[in-house]
Amino acid sequence: MALDKNQIAKRIAKELEHNTYVNLGIGIPTLVANYIPEGIDIEFQSENGVLGMGPFPFDGEEDPDLINAGKQTITTLDGAVLFDSAISFAMIRGQHVQLTVLGAMEVSEKGDIANWKIPGKMVKGMGGAMDLVASAQNIIVAMMHTNRMGESKILNKCTLPITGINCVKKVVTNLAVLEITEDGFKLSERAPGVSVSEIIAATEANLIITGEVPEMII
Amino acid sequence: MINKFVENIELALDGVKSNMTCMFGGFGLSGIPENIIKELSNREVDGLTCISNNAGVDEFGLGLLLKRKQIKKMISSYVGENAEFERQMLSGELEVDLIPQGTLAERCRAGGAGIPAFYTPAGYGTEVAKDKEVRIFNGKPHILENSLVADFAFVKAWKGDTAGNLIYKGTARNFNPLMAMAGKITVAEVEELYPAGELDPNHIHTPGIFVQRIMQGENYEKRIEQRTTRKR
Repeated sequence: MALDKNQIAKRIAKELEHNTYVNLGIGIPTLVANYIPEGIDIEFQSENGVLGMGPFPFDGEEDPDLINAGKQTITTLDGAVLFDSAISFAMIRGQHVQLTVLGAMEVSEKGDIANWKIPGKMVKGMGGAMDLVASAQNIIVAMMHTNRMGESKILNKCTLPITGINCVKKVVTNLAVLEITEDGFKLSERAPGVSVSEIIAATEANLIITGEVPEMII
Repeated sequence: MINKFVENIELALDGVKSNMTCMFGGFGLSGIPENIIKELSNREVDGLTCISNNAGVDEFGLGLLLKRKQIKKMISSYVGENAEFERQMLSGELEVDLIPQGTLAERCRAGGAGIPAFYTPAGYGTEVAKDKEVRIFNGKPHILENSLVADFAFVKAWKGDTAGNLIYKGTARNFNPLMAMAGKITVAEVEELYPAGELDPNHIHTPGIFVQRIMQGENYEKRIEQRTTRKR
C-alpha cells in the first residue's frame, strides 16, 4: 500500500535528530511536527520570525499577531523567541537551522529541486524556499511520487524552473525513500507492500538498486 | 527628544506622490500598516512601485491598491492568495519582481544600513541569478544582490512613543524593522502610542532615529488568512 500524507510525515519524523532546529515547509512537511519520536527534543523555526513554534491554538485563542510562514495561526512553546525577517534568514543562511523539510514539484538525480513556479500557469513566488535550499545542511523533500497526471516527479533532470541546485539529500514519497548520491537516486526503502518494479514503473529517473530493498517501518 | 508625532493620517502621508517607491511592512496580513494602506487607496496616487513580502488579498491590504490599479510594479517574495494580482500580472498590466524572501529582507536591511550590495547563495543556479555577478566564496557560488531603499517606508508596530521608538508584537514584526531602516521617510502607525519616556529603552526593537513620523492607528481589523485551530 502506498503511504498517505500522514504516513510520509511519520516516516520523515524518524529522521529528526535530538536537540536540533528544524524548518518545516507548507503541506506534508507541516505534518511532521505531529510525529516527533519520544525522547527527541526539536525546536521548529518558521521563517516569518519564530523559533519554538507550538501546535495550533485552541478554538477562540487564535492571535492574528502569531502566525507561521504558511499564514496559519500558531502558538509558542516555553523557550520560544520572536525576531525579524533578517535575523530569521541569518539563522537559515548561517546554517544554524540543521534540517529543512519541504515539498516539491520535481526533484532531479543531482539533488536539484523545483517548487515555485509553473510557467504560464502558476506564479506564486519562491517565498523563503530559495534561501532555505541554498544554505540548509540537510534537506529532505516530502512529496507524492507522481503528479496529478500520474507523471513522475523524480526526474533525471528538472523541467520546471529550479529553486536550487545540488541541495536535496533525501526524498520521501508515498512509494519510496530515495537517497541522492553522487551517482543519482538510490532506492533505499519501499512503502509496505509496494514492489521494486512498481516503483521503477512510477519513476522517470534511473534508480540505483543494490540487493534487497527493505520495507519502510512506519 | 526629537518629536516624530503627527496628529493625523493626512500629515503622516504628506508628500506621497505618484510613481514613488514605497515599502510596506507585514507578512501576509500580519503586521501590515492597515490605516496607511486604506488611506492610500482613497488617494489619487498611482504608478507606485511597492516593496512588500506579499501583495495582500483581494479586498484587504495591498489588494486595495491593486484593485484601483495604483501599483505599477511589485517587488515581493510570495504573491499567492490574490486573484486580481494574478490577473494583472498575467495580462502584463503589473510588473512583478519576485525575489527570495531572505534576500528581500537583507536588501532592505542593507539599504537602511548603508551597504549597497552583498553576496548571497540564495538563487544561485536559478532564474533569480540571471544577469547577476557570481563569485565563489569558500568554494560555494554566491550572487551579488543590490540593496533597496524607498521614498516612503510604511510600517506598523504594537507600541510606539513620540520619539519614534517602536516595539512589535509576535510575528507581526517580520519585515517592519528592516523597512523602517530603509525609508527616506518612514511612517509608523501604532496600536498604542505613548509619550517619550514611557517605554523602557531596553525593550525597543526599532530605534526612533529610523522613524520620521509616528501616528496613532485605529480600528485594526487584523484579518487572519489561515485560521487553524485544534480541538480542546
